[in-house]
Amino acid sequence: MTRQRAGIAWGALGVLAVMALWELYKALGPAEGFVVGAIAGKTGSGVMLLPRTNDRAMPHIWDMVARLFQSTSGGDTPPLIVPVVTACLTTLGIVAVGWLIGVTVGLLLGLVMQRWRLAEWGLLPWIVVSQTVPLIAFAPILASIGSQVDRAGSIPWPQWLSVAIIASYLAFFPVAVGVLRGLEAPDRIHLDLMRTYAAGYWQTLLSLRLPAAVPHLLPALRLAAASAVVGAVVAEVSIGMRGGIGRMLIQLAGQGSSDPAAPWGPTFGSIALGLVAAGTVALIGFGLRNYRRGEATS
Amino acid sequence: MIELAVNARGVGKTFPTKDGDVVALTEVELTVEAGEFVSLIGPSGCGKSTLLRLIADLDPASTGTLEIFGKPASQARVDQDYGIAFQQAGLLPWRTVAGNIALPLELHGMAKPARAARVAELAELVGLTEFVDRYPDQLSGGMQQRVAIARALAEQPRLLLMDEPFGALDEMTREYLQGELTRIAAETGAAVVFVTHSIPEAVFLSDRVVVMSPRPGRITEILSTGLDDIRDEALRESPEYFERVTAVREALHGIPVERANER
Repeated sequence: MTRQRAGIAWGALGVLAVMALWELYKALGPAEGFVVGAIAGKTGSGVMLLPRTNDRAMPHIWDMVARLFQSTSGGDTPPLIVPVVTACLTTLGIVAVGWLIGVTVGLLLGLVMQRWRLAEWGLLPWIVVSQTVPLIAFAPILASIGSQVDRAGSIPWPQWLSVAIIASYLAFFPVAVGVLRGLEAPDRIHLDLMRTYAAGYWQTLLSLRLPAAVPHLLPALRLAAASAVVGAVVAEVSIGMRGGIGRMLIQLAGQGSSDPAAPWGPTFGSIALGLVAAGTVALIGFGLRNYRRGEATS
Repeated sequence: MIELAVNARGVGKTFPTKDGDVVALTEVELTVEAGEFVSLIGPSGCGKSTLLRLIADLDPASTGTLEIFGKPASQARVDQDYGIAFQQAGLLPWRTVAGNIALPLELHGMAKPARAARVAELAELVGLTEFVDRYPDQLSGGMQQRVAIARALAEQPRLLLMDEPFGALDEMTREYLQGELTRIAAETGAAVVFVTHSIPEAVFLSDRVVVMSPRPGRITEILSTGLDDIRDEALRESPEYFERVTAVREALHGIPVERANER
């Protein structure tokens, strides 16, 4: 319990430190930044070594927070926090679908690779290579395939499904690798024991390999959740899907020069989104805590 | 004719390596009668653990025939004719004591009520009734090993295979569990093949002590202890016990005991 409290305290301290650093630099740094090699009269020339600290470039933290509770775009529009939360929930749903697809695919790949060494040799390099393909490049391709399938009529393929699949594309990787490592984790002695029980592949899988894989699986699931958030946000942006937090980030960033505190709303929203995603996985870890016990040797 | 628990005829084991075959075991002739307690003793590399793994069908024999209760070793394994315990308790850390003891029963489809009854019986046998809900990390090494023995006995095997099960324990716990093991072996009537590198342990426990030597691993001598069935603390201080210990030591060194300290 005390360790948990210390963890929370350290976390809070970290957030405070970032905030203090922001405000400190804003107070002390040059208002128009520090530029070397600028040619007089030519905007944008030279190399900026220190960023600008004026209110347009770096709004105060309290302004960012206050902006969340001011109306979104003037008039009767609801406070900014309302569309931010709505957009976050939309994206969270997509992230959840993407995470589930990714975890399922990763789990199956891990199982297949553990079962057949040949499959590991054949698949693992491709799995690694798959992660080097930039999301921005193939997101529009997938989206256009999706919209064509949707237009053909027989299978509905809404835009959010494309986003979820792209999120799953990032999420499956840590799971596949983690499951493979985890399934190979049981001690020799435990495998020998299962053999003396004449246990078959499935019995060994269910009674030994899967439970023993849990300590490897949990970090993989957490990583997958974080990746799914990144994937979903990036995919929303590159596909141009409306309603999610990714689109909102871009939209408000565009208005940044006139309303500098506004883009920070969805930024905080996406941070919260990542925390919720990671927290959910932590809950799974809590549910599986008995599988994380170490056997004492003394 | 008495049924033999183990009948090894000309059993050998070679492991292929990059630098050619390594002979781990050669020309093993060994019989273990039903209910008999036999220890395998010898220095590292004498193949005693290898022999146990062959009996357990964890590795196949390279030569010879090996029968367990008149069946090939592989069939005996499938039929669950033996229970096994290793130097490490090898408990599944995510299962309670009861869950660990129940593992083989569960895998072989024993119904839940019967399983619970059997687990309670076994926990009683090894003196862990109060600890059935604990997890392995909450137990001492000696207790973990007792759970492992209970698990090995779960299927009421007629043969118990033990690979230095007390090797990692302190002397006090070790002597206590040796006493317990002789009691359990007598109660269950199971034959035991017990691998050890401790001479006093081998003598205390066994009806016969099989002395092995390395390079290549082989049996050099088989000694009957001739001690009666009661194995208690008094036995550890009796002259015949010391006499057998000396005999095994001489057999191990192949020379009179005066030169034992040269090994």
